[in-house]
Amino acid sequence: MDTERILSIIRSSNGKGGIISILEEIQEEFTYLPEAALRLVAKETERSLADIYGVATFYKAFSLKPRGRHCVSACLGTACHVRGARTIVEEFKEQLHVSPGETTPDKEITFETVNCLGACALGPIVVSDEHYFANVTARGVRDIIQGTKDGTYGSNGRGREDLFSLEVSCPTCNRSLMDKEQYLYDHPAILVNVSMNGKKGRLRISSLYGHFAEIREHDIPNDTIVNLSCPHCSANLRSGPGCVECGAPTASMRVNGGDGVMRICTRTGCSGHMLDLDGEGTGQ
Amino acid sequence: MITLSINGLPASVEKGTTVLEAARFLGFPIPTLCHKEGLTPYGACRLCVVEIGEGPGARLVSSCTYPAEEGLKVRTASERVMKARRMIIELLLASCPQSKTIQDLASRHNVRQQRFRQEHENCILCGLCVRMCKEQMMAGAIGFRGRGKNRSIGTPFDMRSEECRLCGGCMQICPACQARCTYTEPERAICGGCANLSPPCLEKEQFTDMMCYMSPCVACEIKKD
Ligand code: SF4
Ligand code: SF4
Ligand code: SF4
Ligand code: FES
Ligand code: FES
Repeated sequence: MDTERILSIIRSSNGKGGIISILEEIQEEFTYLPEAALRLVAKETERSLADIYGVATFYKAFSLKPRGRHCVSACLGTACHVRGARTIVEEFKEQLHVSPGETTPDKEITFETVNCLGACALGPIVVSDEHYFANVTARGVRDIIQGTKDGTYGSNGRGREDLFSLEVSCPTCNRSLMDKEQYLYDHPAILVNVSMNGKKGRLRISSLYGHFAEIREHDIPNDTIVNLSCPHCSANLRSGPGCVECGAPTASMRVNGGDGVMRICTRTGCSGHMLDLDGEGTGQ
Repeated sequence: MITLSINGLPASVEKGTTVLEAARFLGFPIPTLCHKEGLTPYGACRLCVVEIGEGPGARLVSSCTYPAEEGLKVRTASERVMKARRMIIELLLASCPQSKTIQDLASRHNVRQQRFRQEHENCILCGLCVRMCKEQMMAGAIGFRGRGKNRSIGTPFDMRSEECRLCGGCMQICPACQARCTYTEPERAICGGCANLSPPCLEKEQFTDMMCYMSPCVACEIKKD
């Protein structure tokens, strides 16, 4: 264990007191709270080890056992439960061969259940590292596990550092599509109108390139091709070449500060997103 | 000074006095379990409930933690209070029937049986031992761990604590384990209240200055033979 690292975490919160934030940081660094770390915290903050241990065992977010490189939590809160979260948990148990609270033997994934993540309307919810999955089905579990192992969603307690945020605007009216009111993963979301079979709604997409979590206002089934339009001038954003993943039409938005274009697939559930910084429209 | 009325009698007390202290000053008895003079009030057992306010706004509060307020009207033994208190005693009996302290409380309040699933816990989570250890013994060796149904008292990591002075203060104050120390079988002679601590008496050889407050206890004597 890295004593220096722990000491610097404790000292950087110097005087501000918050035991919980110190423990959070240590856990983020080591994926769990090593015994020696708790002893150091007690010593440095001049509290009894019994107090620190009490806090560390009180909150479910803290673990005294080493955890895997990635963490997958399935929500078993009331809303997710009635939407079938049980079967999702069973599916994870079967595919990972672990029970909730355990880590796979290869130390890759720690699987947990939680009670409500505050996104009940979108349940069943599964969180893989920093990424939220809405309306999860048992069939989707395999992909989540694979993506998690590949590090697509970050690693335990930490977002992926190679993700960057884009600011985009409407190619027709040039007005910004960024929604300063709704942040997703610490960055303003991209807000567009979505319509399909006469139903209209709004769609917010994470502006982190390569991330693309979405919040849909309507229950739009997966695998549906939708129309995306600008919320200001209502111009249809659909244009350009088909999605590299599935061939469906793509919608494009201008990347601010250059000639770049970002294209996203209009088929719901498709992860086809392309960034095309020279504006030639070939995709990558 | 603050003036409040307790069971219709006016009382003037210093600011910061609790309702419990004011009531006891006037001679109204209020039973307590998790409150002991010399330790900070904790409000865990709710045995000291009293009713404050009037009419539909009247409510039950724990008197050991409720500060006296100007004009406060307190009832220490209304029907509602007694009902709540008896319920609390029933619940305590359901969890720790072997405790002499709780049995005495039950008989004093005429509680003859309890209606819940019978358990045999050796701790009611009153926190007296934790406060004793921290505030009077200046050790801070034991504390609460976990939460909900997994909440328990003990040392960090369930290991022999370096801070523990083997004073026995935690066991002396524990309301749940007092009956245990009359065991005459040496191998069972541990207080059990703080189930995770080894009893100081059984380690006496390594700790010559040990003081134990359990005067009727015979465990240590048995060990000597
Ligand atoms: S015996 Fe140890 S744990 Fe108990 S009060 Fe004394 S110092 Fe604290
Ligand atoms: S061990 Fe005894 S004193 Fe300590 S919390 Fe439990 S019942 Fe109270
Ligand atoms: S002497 Fe009795 S009360 Fe004291 S620690 Fe030993 S068994 Fe417990
Ligand atoms: S119940 Fe699952 S997010 Fe609320
Ligand atoms: S004595 Fe007041 S709550 Fe226990």
